[in-house]
Amino acid sequence: MAADRTLLLSLVEEFVSGLQDSKAKDTSKGVKDGQFTVLQLVEALGLSLTSSQPHTRARGVQLLSEVLQECYGDLTEREVEVLIAFYENRLKDHYVITPPVLRGLKALTKCTVLPPGSAVSMLRSLFQDVHVQSLMLAERACVYNMLINLMETREAELKGLGADFVFGFVQSMDGERDPRNLLLAFQIAKTIISRGYDLGKFTEELFEVTSCYFPIDFTPPPNDPHGITKEDLIQMLRAVLTGTPKFAEFLLPLIIEKLDSDVQSAKLDSLQTLTVCVSQYEHKDLAEFLEGLWVSIRREVFQTSSERIESACLAALTALTSCLSRSVLSSESEDCLSTFLDLVLKDCKHHLSEPDLKLVWPSAKLLQASCSASIRASHVITASVMPNIVEQYNSRTQCSHRRTLLEVVQRFIQSVKTGQSSENEDSVFLAYRESLCSMVFSALSESNSSLQITATSVLTSLGQQTGLLLNSDIELAVDHLTRLLLTEDDDRVCLAVVECAGALAELHPVVFITKMIPGLKTEIFSALMDQDNTEASEKLSHHAVRQRCLSALAAVSVHPSVVQESTPVLLEVLSSAHTGSVNFLVEEVVLACRSLQRIAEQVQDTEETGRCFHEVIIPRLLGLTLQAALQDEGSSGHRSPLVEEAVLSAMVPVISTSCSRLQPQLAEQTASRATSLFLNGDVSFLPDNSFPSHIQLLKKQQGSTWRQSQMVCLLMGCVCSLPPSVRIPQLDELLSELEEMSCTCTHTLSYTSAAKCFAGLINKSLQGDALDSLIQRTVRRVCGEMDSPGSALRTQAFTLMIWVAKALLVRYHPLSTTLTDKLFSLLDNTDLGSMAADGFSLLMSDSADVLNRACHADVRIMYRQRFFSENSAKLVQGFNAAPQEKKPNYLKALSNIVNKLPKQVQVTELPALLSLLLEALSCPDGGVQLSTLSCLEPVLADPPAALIQQLEALVSRLLALTSSPAMDVRIASLRCIHALSRFPVHEVLPFRAQVLRALARPLDDKKRLVRNEAVQARGEWFLLGSPGGR
Amino acid sequence: LVGGGAMSGGTRLENANPVIFQRSGERQLTASEEDDDVHDPIDDREIFDILSINDPEHPLSLEELNVVEQVRVKVDDAGSTVGVEFTPTIPHCSMATLIGLSIKVKLLRSLPDRFKIDVHITPGTHASEDAVNKQLADKERVAAALENSSLLEVVNQCLSTRSV
Repeated sequence: MAADRTLLLSLVEEFVSGLQDSKAKDTSKGVKDGQFTVLQLVEALGLSLTSSQPHTRARGVQLLSEVLQECYGDLTEREVEVLIAFYENRLKDHYVITPPVLRGLKALTKCTVLPPGSAVSMLRSLFQDVHVQSLMLAERACVYNMLINLMETREAELKGLGADFVFGFVQSMDGERDPRNLLLAFQIAKTIISRGYDLGKFTEELFEVTSCYFPIDFTPPPNDPHGITKEDLIQMLRAVLTGTPKFAEFLLPLIIEKLDSDVQSAKLDSLQTLTVCVSQYEHKDLAEFLEGLWVSIRREVFQTSSERIESACLAALTALTSCLSRSVLSSESEDCLSTFLDLVLKDCKHHLSEPDLKLVWPSAKLLQASCSASIRASHVITASVMPNIVEQYNSRTQCSHRRTLLEVVQRFIQSVKTGQSSENEDSVFLAYRESLCSMVFSALSESNSSLQITATSVLTSLGQQTGLLLNSDIELAVDHLTRLLLTEDDDRVCLAVVECAGALAELHPVVFITKMIPGLKTEIFSALMDQDNTEASEKLSHHAVRQRCLSALAAVSVHPSVVQESTPVLLEVLSSAHTGSVNFLVEEVVLACRSLQRIAEQVQDTEETGRCFHEVIIPRLLGLTLQAALQDEGSSGHRSPLVEEAVLSAMVPVISTSCSRLQPQLAEQTASRATSLFLNGDVSFLPDNSFPSHIQLLKKQQGSTWRQSQMVCLLMGCVCSLPPSVRIPQLDELLSELEEMSCTCTHTLSYTSAAKCFAGLINKSLQGDALDSLIQRTVRRVCGEMDSPGSALRTQAFTLMIWVAKALLVRYHPLSTTLTDKLFSLLDNTDLGSMAADGFSLLMSDSADVLNRACHADVRIMYRQRFFSENSAKLVQGFNAAPQEKKPNYLKALSNIVNKLPKQVQVTELPALLSLLLEALSCPDGGVQLSTLSCLEPVLADPPAALIQQLEALVSRLLALTSSPAMDVRIASLRCIHALSRFPVHEVLPFRAQVLRALARPLDDKKRLVRNEAVQARGEWFLLGSPGGR
Repeated sequence: LVGGGAMSGGTRLENANPVIFQRSGERQLTASEEDDDVHDPIDDREIFDILSINDPEHPLSLEELNVVEQVRVKVDDAGSTVGVEFTPTIPHCSMATLIGLSIKVKLLRSLPDRFKIDVHITPGTHASEDAVNKQLADKERVAAALENSSLLEVVNQCLSTRSV
């Protein structure tokens, strides 16, 4: 014990007189370990604390406070009481002692055993003896933290202080200037308000002391370590100011005043604060300021050029109106909502009928903002405005005016839609249904296309109002839409019509089934009268109408019941095209497939639609193509379009999309049907079964069998897109047939599809020895083929290799490197080098029909980055070692890889590859130039230092490319030159004259698209270093 | 040309609430424009698109204010001439010369050297039409005006692409 005491005395001595700050830590440790108690420490400090030197006393208190900061948790209630009494007393001491005293008190406020009454007494002493704003930054923070600590744990006690607490706080923070401390002070003020402390007669004082910072004007210093933003302060202060309706009488005039400000951010802040505060207010808080607020908001919306201010104004108006809508009507008082809306209507409504419609938009937006606030408001506003608009519309003759009015109507309908809450409520527009419908239908009958387009979107909005349109209205609408589809010349109108039809068909399927689909079908199958005499132009328009009908069929097919009706029409197009009973262009057949694909993508997922695809559509597609493939060309003179590559390629995504969405059981069945068709010639599930029995689609046969072998692409669409859980029967046999076909077939679509199908299946196969040995066998075969220079089948072997490489690369299979290394080595190959360079593009890009996530392939994230980081060094080495004539292959490979990397990766990896990319810019191959330019352009937006060092080479190479024979290259290089103008001015200014001179030539380019880029780039370079420019 | 005071003194806008016209949509891309071998002549619409510049008085483009309309732009590619008529927002607009100068400078920077460029006010739309036209047609006065760095500054501001 005696030893401990000596130790304590020496620690105190060394800290107080020896000024060794580290001893405080040792002392705290001693207290924590129980070597001595806090009271013993106080005793030991005795002499220092009673010293006549203020600095010695301060030092003594500092030691005690620092120990307390560590050990406040271990104190007993009695000890705390004594310490508080001591500290309160010390507050009256010399000013140099105040800082450590405050730190000690702050530590004590964190004690859980704070005796009752001590919080109050602490604060009384504090408010009485300390003038907070004369303290230094850290001590002021100390005071705020004390308050925060005590408010957290001793709320009831502090509330006992009554309004004195608020007054004390107001005095403490009055004049605070540091943003860190302001955040603390605002937090206290917010708690005072939200926890319901008694503000007494100090409401206005509390408001004044905080609102004097409004609107916040603060720019953090550069390299600010504290990370406090203007937005932090704005949000905290806003929470204080909007926290209580008691502030309303002070805040609202302040907002009105600040709305007059010339500073945009002040206006914005005021409007946002207004929007927040009225959500808590009642009518009585607002009443006397309503008119002033309205005048300010109206003025801003009428005058502002800033969209942010406008939308903030409209949000505030909506908030105001909904505040008034909440207020309860009492019998004796006026209806404040309707009084306010009368004001809004009085100021805005007449603009809707001015002859030039000049202020129609701002007025309409204001009305709509009020309208969207509540159902009651929307009834009042629409009742007053709609008859007026309808009358206006009918009296106007100018299309542009009519369109403006329709757009206004559209916005009104949308504004009400967002406000409507309950489903059973009748639509606000019920009373105007008839006039609105006649407005829309008359607009649809006009010849002005923008008017028609606007009308379709109004129609869509009307259709989405529950229970508004009658069945007869929908029927009339469908008639109009169908008429426009079949007769309208303007493609934009048709696009709008198709979109509108799609939206309405989802909600009103029956009318579309009974009216639109039969109409479209008739049109699609109508043959041209007098085939021979028709003009070419008319034929074109017949084709255009068919195109539209086909895409409209797809657009309306979202609801399963519509799909049941629309897909048979599309299938009939395919079968009539096949038999030749109706003449269809190959392009139209492709379009029919696209429509089926779109339906497969968008249809609601139900058992019913799954069956429709599984039992009807897929078998039918396979059956028709098989018939076409077996047809003898010579016999009829008619060649079925279903053997065309374009049609087959369009059919693949129909099958793969629907297979990828099939329910597991149906998927399993489809898989087994497809494999047994292709492996065993099992045609039993195909419709119109009149097929020969010896079909062998995957086997090599005599004669021109490409028609049959190319059907393998449909097999790919089916088996490669099934969910991974689906087991594919006879998989080994299937794989070996596919491998054989891809290595030996001479028809491009056939062997490519077989390779893709093989790759798609490998990608989903289970990891293991079986898979590894299969891959190794295939690798040996393709490598052997490629290494024999005379072989006629090297292209086939290469194709299989690249697809298998991709299948393995995307799933991170360890054997993928064998194949990609082979690919790198082929860059030096005389025959296959350029193909290998192109192959990298295939490896790095998403393929549309196989090996993507949509068909459930195993694709790991960031496989591209991984491939790049593992191989970029190889590429650079290979480039350096390659003979001159092979170098372009490396550059092409590089630009193919880099092009597909995300921009962030490009930017970080670029410095290492920059010299290679610059080399690639002067490579004579147009494709290499283009892909290098397109990967340079995004990097130029945020240029790395390495690039700036090479600026001279970059500028001269880019300028040289502006006279390339390929317009794509000219355009891309001009874009890059444009991007260079945004580099740091001092870096690019030296090139200004050179660039301006060189850009004079592309201004007279023969291609308009090139000239456009040149004009923009040259304009920006002119502004460089010029007054008023950059 | 324009006195410096017109800009610096004018915090109050002369025409605070102009009529706003709809912008004509983006030019539709045609197949022949994408064909490497076809020669696309410079046409009226192309010049009109070049002129979608800012009006110093309004944060809107000249097109939206109807200052420049496509029908008032005439180009003859083969003959290498361009004529542009512009319509000041109000008949006493003090900015007329400045708008004209901006149009002229924009065309000088954007068209090949071979073109002769004529910029003038739509007849009957401005109080001092003749004086302004004369100034704009005088090569030396235009060149001198662009030597004046405060004037060049305003012109460049009009020609800066809007960042809003």
